[in-house]
Amino acid sequence: MVSLIEMPQTVSNPVNRTVPAPEATAAETMIEISDLDFAYGTNHVLHDVSLHIPPRAVTAFIGPSGCGKTTLLRCLNRMNDLVDGAQIKRGFIRIMGTDINAPGLDVVDLRRRVGMVFQKSNPFPKSIYDNIAYGLRIAGITKRSRIDEAVEKSLRAAALWDEVKDRLHVSGYGLSGGQQQRLCIARALAVEPEIILMDEPCSALDPIATAKVEGLIHELRTKYTIVIVTHNMQQAGRVSDHTAFFYLGRLIEFADTRKIFSNPAQKQTEDYITGRFG
Amino acid sequence: MTYSASTHARRTRIVERVLFWVFRLATYFVLACATYIFLDIGIKGSRTVFTSSPPFINVPFLTEPPQTLYVFDYEGKKLTLSDRQFREWQAAHPQAAVEPATVAYSAGGIWPCIVGTALLVIGSMVLALLIGISSAIYLSEYSRNNRWIRLVRIAILNLAGVPSIVFGLFGFGLFVIFFGWNVSLLAGWFTLGLMILPAIITASEESLRAVPQGLREGSLALGATKWQTIRKNVLPYALPGILTSSILGIARVAGETAPIMFTAAYAMRDEMPWNVRHVGDFVFQGVMALPYHIYVVSSKIPQNEYTERVQYGAAFVFLALVMVIALTSIVLRERTRNRLSW
Repeated sequence: MVSLIEMPQTVSNPVNRTVPAPEATAAETMIEISDLDFAYGTNHVLHDVSLHIPPRAVTAFIGPSGCGKTTLLRCLNRMNDLVDGAQIKRGFIRIMGTDINAPGLDVVDLRRRVGMVFQKSNPFPKSIYDNIAYGLRIAGITKRSRIDEAVEKSLRAAALWDEVKDRLHVSGYGLSGGQQQRLCIARALAVEPEIILMDEPCSALDPIATAKVEGLIHELRTKYTIVIVTHNMQQAGRVSDHTAFFYLGRLIEFADTRKIFSNPAQKQTEDYITGRFG
Repeated sequence: MTYSASTHARRTRIVERVLFWVFRLATYFVLACATYIFLDIGIKGSRTVFTSSPPFINVPFLTEPPQTLYVFDYEGKKLTLSDRQFREWQAAHPQAAVEPATVAYSAGGIWPCIVGTALLVIGSMVLALLIGISSAIYLSEYSRNNRWIRLVRIAILNLAGVPSIVFGLFGFGLFVIFFGWNVSLLAGWFTLGLMILPAIITASEESLRAVPQGLREGSLALGATKWQTIRKNVLPYALPGILTSSILGIARVAGETAPIMFTAAYAMRDEMPWNVRHVGDFVFQGVMALPYHIYVVSSKIPQNEYTERVQYGAAFVFLALVMVIALTSIVLRERTRNRLSW
């Protein structure tokens, strides 16, 4: 008989939480989430979440609405600081070994290193060029040639360059929904983050635009650590290397995406991905 | 059964008709009042402001200071002359012994009042915008929604409800007497600025809140500081809205009489504001102002057939000024609405 301990893929059962990550070792951990309890005021949203997210791979958070996956994502760049009453009750989050909630930590620097793409694409009401240059300019970069270079590089990386190179100075609002979202990704890439958080980046896009963004995510995984929240299980299956399934604020299972979709360890996971609830 | 039902139906119908007419007449009543005011001032005022011969506008009325009107008979003719004209006439007729009746402020024009009102408006709006936008930024972007901030909001609302005459007395007590600024532009600026402040704060906060949260988050997520985010990605998009609603504030500041009557306004001043001995004295001088001038010529001097000219003329110019400001605000709003949409 095989004991649980020898099966590292079997992950934190809500009752007796145990192994945090699939093949995670200390060196192979980009983001370490440990025993995290999180609340908005009195509304407890995350319970006992422990998770090791590996570098240069795509990790997907899936689960039904209200399961806390977006909240966890927004903890990773401390976007929840903007919400009144949001508070980590217990546990910690370390990114490359640094506790990101430690007093005195430079949040601005954290957010520069942990980029974010939002559910609703939010280009600034500026030109395409200025959208991308924004992050560089606020970082104090004023040299025109350097900004030009970064704009082209980011737009190429976001597979948008060929579509917009002739109209860099028209408003970003003139782009289609999918292009706007890729512009937002390019904007995030321009400041050269190490981690990119994506909060349902395709939820407002049609299938063709979605395919483009997914292709882009696939390209980016070799250079960046990507964490993506998605409602769409097929999407998680297509783009991610690892998948974490959340339910009611708890991490139910975290494993290789292939394993989650073919042979989940937990009954709840299986029920969710086979569409029995959620 | 049938009978009582139809009675009921008839009664309902009557109530419907009566109420319909009550609401309709109430609306027409407002319309009638507005029409009467505009026509009365428009017709009588245009007699003063416009002329039948080129350049069709009564230039002296707009460019001269108020003067005393001299009315007398000479050789069977009735003459109505302004101060300046009367002195010229006397020089031309040295032997004539006339005893003219004088009517204060009823000759000449209202130029110093226009200038004074402009100065008061500019200064108080600059002051109110500086303080108002700053505190709106604090309330909308920095403060958390706790009991203290709710108290601050209630205080702002209450400030908006304070009658303007109370602001006038407050300004008189604090700025004119306690600070020793006397009746001066500075005291008027602060009094009017304080009066309009709640409106500016409320409007600015609304405009700031109308900027989508996504723009703030997008900026912060790129590693911008809070102030960088506000300065580059929130304020520029809120500013058109702030300025539009401020223009309506201008109309109010320009129109208030009570706050300035103790703090900044002179009934009559011969010197124009720029004729000060030292530049530093500029803000410590009182000025004439349009609304106060209308008040003075309408109720502070004995009324007769000669006073109407200036009363209606000043009211007409004043109304036209406010209308221009309001129109500007509407045009600006439409323009910014078309330019910015998210």
